[in-house]
Amino acid sequence: MQERNSLLNKTKFNLKDITDNSVFSSFLSALLAIFLGLIFGFIVMLVAAPANALTGFRLIVLGGFRRIGDVFYFATPILMTGLSVGFAFKMGLFNIGASGQYTMGMFFALYVGFMWDLPDSIHWIVACIAGFIGGMLWGIIPGLFKALLNVNEVITSIMFNYIGMYLVDMLIQGNSVMYVSDKTRTRYLPAEVQIPSLGIPNSNVNLGIILAIIIGIILYIVLQKTIFGYELKATGYNRFASEYAGMKGKRNIIITMAIAGGLSGLGGAFAILAPSAIAGSSMTYEPINIIAANGFNGIAVALLGNAHPIGTIFSAVFISHIQRGGTLASLVGYKPEIIDVVIAVIIYFSAFSMIMNSAFIGFIKRYFGKGKKDFDDNMDNEIKEAE
Amino acid sequence: MVKVVDMGDYIIEMLNITKKFPGVVANDNITLKLKRGEIHALLGENGAGKSTLMSVLFGLYQPDSGEIRKNGQVVKINNPNDANALGIGMVHQHFKLVEIFTVLENIILGVEPSKMGFIQKNEARKKVMELSEKYGLRVDPDAYIEDITVGMQQRVEILKMLYRDNEILIFDEPTAVLTPQEIRELLQIMKGFAREGKSILFITHKLNEIMEVADRCTVLRKGKLIGTVNVKDTTKEELSRMMVGRDISFSVNKKEKKPGKVVLSVRNLNVVSKIHGKNVVKNVSFDVRAGEIVCIAGIDGNGQTEIVNAITGLEKPTSGKIMLNGHDITRASIRERSIRGMSHIPEDRHKHGLVLDYKLEENLVLQRYWQPEFQNRGFIKFDSVRKYAEKLIEKFDIRSGQGPVTIVRSMSGGNQQKAIIAREIDKDHDLLIAVQPTRGLDIGAIEYVHKQLVERRDAGKAVLLVSLELDEVMDISDRILVIYGGEIVGELNPKTTTMEELGLYMSGAKRDVVKEINDAGEE
Repeated sequence: MQERNSLLNKTKFNLKDITDNSVFSSFLSALLAIFLGLIFGFIVMLVAAPANALTGFRLIVLGGFRRIGDVFYFATPILMTGLSVGFAFKMGLFNIGASGQYTMGMFFALYVGFMWDLPDSIHWIVACIAGFIGGMLWGIIPGLFKALLNVNEVITSIMFNYIGMYLVDMLIQGNSVMYVSDKTRTRYLPAEVQIPSLGIPNSNVNLGIILAIIIGIILYIVLQKTIFGYELKATGYNRFASEYAGMKGKRNIIITMAIAGGLSGLGGAFAILAPSAIAGSSMTYEPINIIAANGFNGIAVALLGNAHPIGTIFSAVFISHIQRGGTLASLVGYKPEIIDVVIAVIIYFSAFSMIMNSAFIGFIKRYFGKGKKDFDDNMDNEIKEAE
Repeated sequence: MVKVVDMGDYIIEMLNITKKFPGVVANDNITLKLKRGEIHALLGENGAGKSTLMSVLFGLYQPDSGEIRKNGQVVKINNPNDANALGIGMVHQHFKLVEIFTVLENIILGVEPSKMGFIQKNEARKKVMELSEKYGLRVDPDAYIEDITVGMQQRVEILKMLYRDNEILIFDEPTAVLTPQEIRELLQIMKGFAREGKSILFITHKLNEIMEVADRCTVLRKGKLIGTVNVKDTTKEELSRMMVGRDISFSVNKKEKKPGKVVLSVRNLNVVSKIHGKNVVKNVSFDVRAGEIVCIAGIDGNGQTEIVNAITGLEKPTSGKIMLNGHDITRASIRERSIRGMSHIPEDRHKHGLVLDYKLEENLVLQRYWQPEFQNRGFIKFDSVRKYAEKLIEKFDIRSGQGPVTIVRSMSGGNQQKAIIAREIDKDHDLLIAVQPTRGLDIGAIEYVHKQLVERRDAGKAVLLVSLELDEVMDISDRILVIYGGEIVGELNPKTTTMEELGLYMSGAKRDVVKEINDAGEE
């Protein structure tokens, strides 16, 4: 009898174990939030142009699968800025300066790409490292202000978005090696400075996405397994307790902002050093006084991924997927602005995942959990009868 | 021994309430009936289910089964607004006030009288002042919450209930944060309410207060109803037995012990407050020796917190010298102090003592995670952490839903405090600083904490205790330093002094010339 019970227990599908698992529940709630977002996105499309709504919506949702290479290509920079924002967020810092760090990283990478004469095999690697350093510089300054003078990092990093953008525009326009003034953009980078392509036809996807995913995994390990991650999260959860425990809060703020900046900078480097599918060309930078959108998209990516590095990888791919699908929707007559609105609606609702989390799990527990109990009771009765 | 006294007219009846949480039945078939115009105490240890039961009544939780009746009618309370509409008001243990609003703004929050969208503050002020005068609840309506004392904050919470014309008042551990004088005042106010015909539910674990004001008392233990008794027919001993399930010793057994060498010495310490920039610790000097418990006694806000912050490194002193085991640690980092043998049970366990969103095991290594035992080249050895946590949980009897992986936020206050004590005592130390270590704890847990402190002393450690509870000060300390206005105004021997004398020193009515003693002892 006892044996049979223990066997039964082994084979029982225990719903509670799953619903109590926080990773599972946040993943599920993200999915649910996305689903809601899609419904509202569809409603917007219905209002804008009812005739083509279904075709257009199908393109938005599924179109990305047709261009899977591009999905990953465009996911690379927002994955890096997303990791950057999420990492700082774990420490309780809001790194809204990802755009500025991204732009600085881009400039440093460009500068090394054009101005330094290096062996082909390591040129792009050095350019990437330069991008990391550029972003790090732009992250460390708000970090220093925060740690030493207690200036709110949100204010400084917003201002550093502008300072970085104008500074880079000025430096590029003033550099005749890099800048083609009649085309108002930088020259094409030589092919050997570009990041190796992954060889998917008609796509720019390159080694950058692999590196970005590896970096995401490394960040996960740092946060979960190391002393630095332990201190960082403790500080983010409770600054006073971390101080009480003798952690060096100021040093950790500076290091965190430096790493966060570096990640965004690397995103900029990955973006500008990406190979182009058109022979002889490359990515270029246009100094036209616009703050890089990829920085702000990183905030959405990080929020959707719950600031969790692995979650951020998935959310970056998802947002890129929706954006790729969106560009296809213009084929059936949707204006780019409407598509942007739809994408924004989807992302906006996706950010509700936090709220979904508790509500939805509660729902499952209440209804399915009860059903399961009845089922177990029946099983028990059957066993009794067998006796 | 379930005793139930049952007659008369009930304003609230909670019948057969059951509320389950994952892994624990917080309320198991509990019935509580509140008479009109009575003060009804709800007694139980931490985790006995008192707060859950009151949260059910206040609409914060829905019971899994059971029903609530008001004046005999079944009512459904889905949220605090419903509770409010039924005339139920609650003063929470942790006040729910907006710090940057004034007293008046907090009182009318949510029920602002308005005309065409403009708040009619004068009308509100009149009503608030009337209530304030009628019940003797002194408040300054224009002061900001962040500037007023805890006692006044509590009066604001009470006025909030009265302003909403509540007739059923729930007080959740109202005396935990008050000074002895304020407690006396509050109990009088509660009696006044009862005379007015308001019904009061009084959650507490302080038996003296129950004996003083309550008419009846319901006792819970581990989620179960033990019984409801008439207070005038019972004794403190019986109540505590009902609450804990065994006899409790009210006094501490302490052996004679001769103090050893000086472990902590503080000389001419001055600290300027971070908040208002005034000197709040004035030229304080004292020693703590191995094998003695020295208590700093005083009314809250007389500089105790700042002295401790200066010793533990949370605040910088303006001048003076602090020596630990002969090393000057006046400017040392917190980590260095910890390595040199300082353990610290902080005053505010939620703010300083714990990372509430971390697991229990992560909190248990909060002071030691960087030591070789728990790390290898920057990576935390989680298997060692788990083993260590299991050892401490066993040794210190820390109870939680899921053992080492319990999120600390979900644990009861008493067990959170046990976790801190376990961490600080198990760490290598010569000096233990305990600041109000029994604040907000129930009798069983207080007994436990006192036992641990005395054990440390007997193990030859120096213990510096800061406490506001006079009983505690008299019971467990070897020497009492009384602080008033940032100065040490007297050094007393608990064996030869009396509560009254201690009270005189604490209120500033009496003082010795302590400075000379210190100077003489310095050579």
